[in-house]
Amino acid sequence: MSVPSPVLAPEAPAPVARRLTWPWVLIGIAGLILVLALVRVVTGADDVASSGTLRAAVRAATPIALAGLGGLWSERAGVVNIGLEGMMIIGTFGAGWAGYQWGPWAALAFALAFGAIAGLLHAVATVTFGVDHIVSGVAINIIALGAAQYLADLAFTGVPGGGPTQSPQVKLMPSFDVPGVADLAETIEGKHWFFVSDLAALVGGLTSRVSLLTVLALLVFIATWWLLWHTTFGLRIRSCGESPTAAETLGVNVYLYKYAAVIISGACAGMAGAFLVNDATVYRDGQTGGRGYIGLAAMIFGNWRPVGLLAGSGLFGFTDALRLRSGGESVHALLALIGLMLLLVAAWLFRRGNRVQAAAAALVGIGLLLLFASTDEVTDDFTGMTPYLTTLLVLAFASQRLRMPKADGVRYRRGQAG
Amino acid sequence: MKRLNLRQTGLTLAAPVLAILFALIVTSLVLLVAGDPVGKVWSTIFSEPKPRTLVNIVNSGSVLYLSALAAAVGFKMNLFNIGVDGQYRIAAFVAAWVAGEAWLPGFLNVLLAVIVAMLVGAFWAGIAGLLRVGRGVSEVISTIMLNSIATYLVAWMLRKVAVQGSNNISTKPIPESSRLDGFALIPGAPNHIYTLSLLAVIAGFFYWALLNRTVFGFSLRATGQSETAAVASGINVKRMILAAMLISGAIAGLIGMPLLFGSSYSYGVTFQPGLGFAGIAVALLGRNHPVGIAFGALLFAFLNEQANPLQIQAGVSSEIVNIIQGVIVLSVVVAYEVVNRVNNAAEQRRVAAELDTLRGAKTPEAVA
Repeated sequence: MSVPSPVLAPEAPAPVARRLTWPWVLIGIAGLILVLALVRVVTGADDVASSGTLRAAVRAATPIALAGLGGLWSERAGVVNIGLEGMMIIGTFGAGWAGYQWGPWAALAFALAFGAIAGLLHAVATVTFGVDHIVSGVAINIIALGAAQYLADLAFTGVPGGGPTQSPQVKLMPSFDVPGVADLAETIEGKHWFFVSDLAALVGGLTSRVSLLTVLALLVFIATWWLLWHTTFGLRIRSCGESPTAAETLGVNVYLYKYAAVIISGACAGMAGAFLVNDATVYRDGQTGGRGYIGLAAMIFGNWRPVGLLAGSGLFGFTDALRLRSGGESVHALLALIGLMLLLVAAWLFRRGNRVQAAAAALVGIGLLLLFASTDEVTDDFTGMTPYLTTLLVLAFASQRLRMPKADGVRYRRGQAG
Repeated sequence: MKRLNLRQTGLTLAAPVLAILFALIVTSLVLLVAGDPVGKVWSTIFSEPKPRTLVNIVNSGSVLYLSALAAAVGFKMNLFNIGVDGQYRIAAFVAAWVAGEAWLPGFLNVLLAVIVAMLVGAFWAGIAGLLRVGRGVSEVISTIMLNSIATYLVAWMLRKVAVQGSNNISTKPIPESSRLDGFALIPGAPNHIYTLSLLAVIAGFFYWALLNRTVFGFSLRATGQSETAAVASGINVKRMILAAMLISGAIAGLIGMPLLFGSSYSYGVTFQPGLGFAGIAVALLGRNHPVGIAFGALLFAFLNEQANPLQIQAGVSSEIVNIIQGVIVLSVVVAYEVVNRVNNAAEQRRVAAELDTLRGAKTPEAVA
């Protein structure tokens, strides 16, 4: 009797991933700016592609990307980390508590340390005791939330400028303009030239009033990419996520590498918390607002790869920034953008012979364009929904092209090999 | 054989007790390090509850019970419905709106609202179920996204239908004839036990019967324990996943009902949040068993209610109770895992010993 293969994980022949080379990345970015420029000119929603919006997008994207990096470390080692949210929460407390007393560097150090401790807890539960990863993550979220609120009440009540749910002002990381570039970009942006100004806005958004913490986050990103994909250490971590038993047979201490990865994961999430505190200048209860989960989603969106993760966080950051800046109008313009993109996707699907999906995409696309034409603005509540809705849509359309580490979330015990 | 089973049961029961003790120790250490009065905290939490508090414990326990059941249905087949939170909020809102419109008189109105709540909850969970079955999207991520979407959606709808003129935005209050007085079971208490707490009892019985007395329940558990085996024996796993999500969502829809008809009478911005995640914790604590969950729900409700006066009595933030609960959950799952390992090891030793005696009995014959 032949046993049918499991229904849920169709072993589709892995799509041959086209190598993401620099020319392609640049063409992609240029294409994106072009589309944004078109939307700006056609709809007249200037804030869609202003340097202010892009700067806000970077600010919104950074904590999400950091949380996503946390997810990347842990899941590449085969440990699902839904506790990122909790690790981030405890990181915000650490940053707030140390930040108002001893300055930004202490804030960063404490956020990293607190996050790492929460990561260690997750590692003990999942790696040593083999507890289900989601279960442990949920428990960590509960503990971290309670701990942060309890400690905040303890530490900030009665302190000048603080209260039971809020820390006093923290001292901030310095921020700076990249000399020369930032000014020039601002001048060009002011001219409102098609495409050129939009490009300048992007450059301006990335080079003016950059927080040192953003630069550090970028360094963490590069370090993650380099460590995980270009060192023996990273190869071993990834082997633990793909096939821990195979790694064990080759003499890798799987427990050790999983521990390392999950602790680093916690530290990344903690740093995301530090970024939030630095950005808001205080610790506040409920400050993370589910960004840990969004980071996780951004990582899945990015197919468990750093560049994809960056794109995912960028998307979240951008929609979030639009919501914050001119809300309704910009998201309204975005409707047109997504509608157009869906039509392009539909055409592409049609060419590949995927009629049904093409029709679905075209239908949604046309629907969005009609919605764009028939309304003037999008209600704030719907703008708030945008990032989550986008994630759902993207996952619904792309999830079958995603490939997670093979042993992700799988319980492993030493001595199983054989 | 029998002795071993007894030992196994004993160990299984010991796990949660040990976990609770461990949580108390950890929390005491936290309090000590923080310089808070440890003794005062425990004497407040473990003081004899007043009749009023007792009623509150039963009420919030029944709500937690429903929430935990919703999560447990999914857990039974390794499905993580993290979205109970969003499902109950959106269901409670729609039910409150329907009940407020009062299209049907008296108790029929209540019945209609409860059915609507179940349908809405099932619908919201069904989206995640469909995405999982049709597109292979992990239900963990999709339900988390749906939670956030529900928040904004409810806020928007609330503003659309809100009654004007009060500063607390809420749906139209339920008419007097559809309000439920509750039961005055506990003498001396000024407040009543919600009538719809009965839903928890009914749902608990339904859950038990569904899992243990139906083919569907068998398939559900089989899928949870080994998907490949389930597929091989002809179970349609996709259908099971969708069905489990729908049932889970329908139960989640009930969570808001006791509160809605028992005390708030409308859905407003202050409608109790965060019941979904607590339910997950309670389900884990009770090992997805209908009786176990009941104990877990009462324990959590007890801790929540008894911690309320902490701020006044001991000057300690009542959030400390979250730490206790979180540590209980984490240590209980660890304890179950350890017990499991100990049992397995004992089983292996027993089999090895039996094999040894068998071999020992055989060897002389072979020689002879």
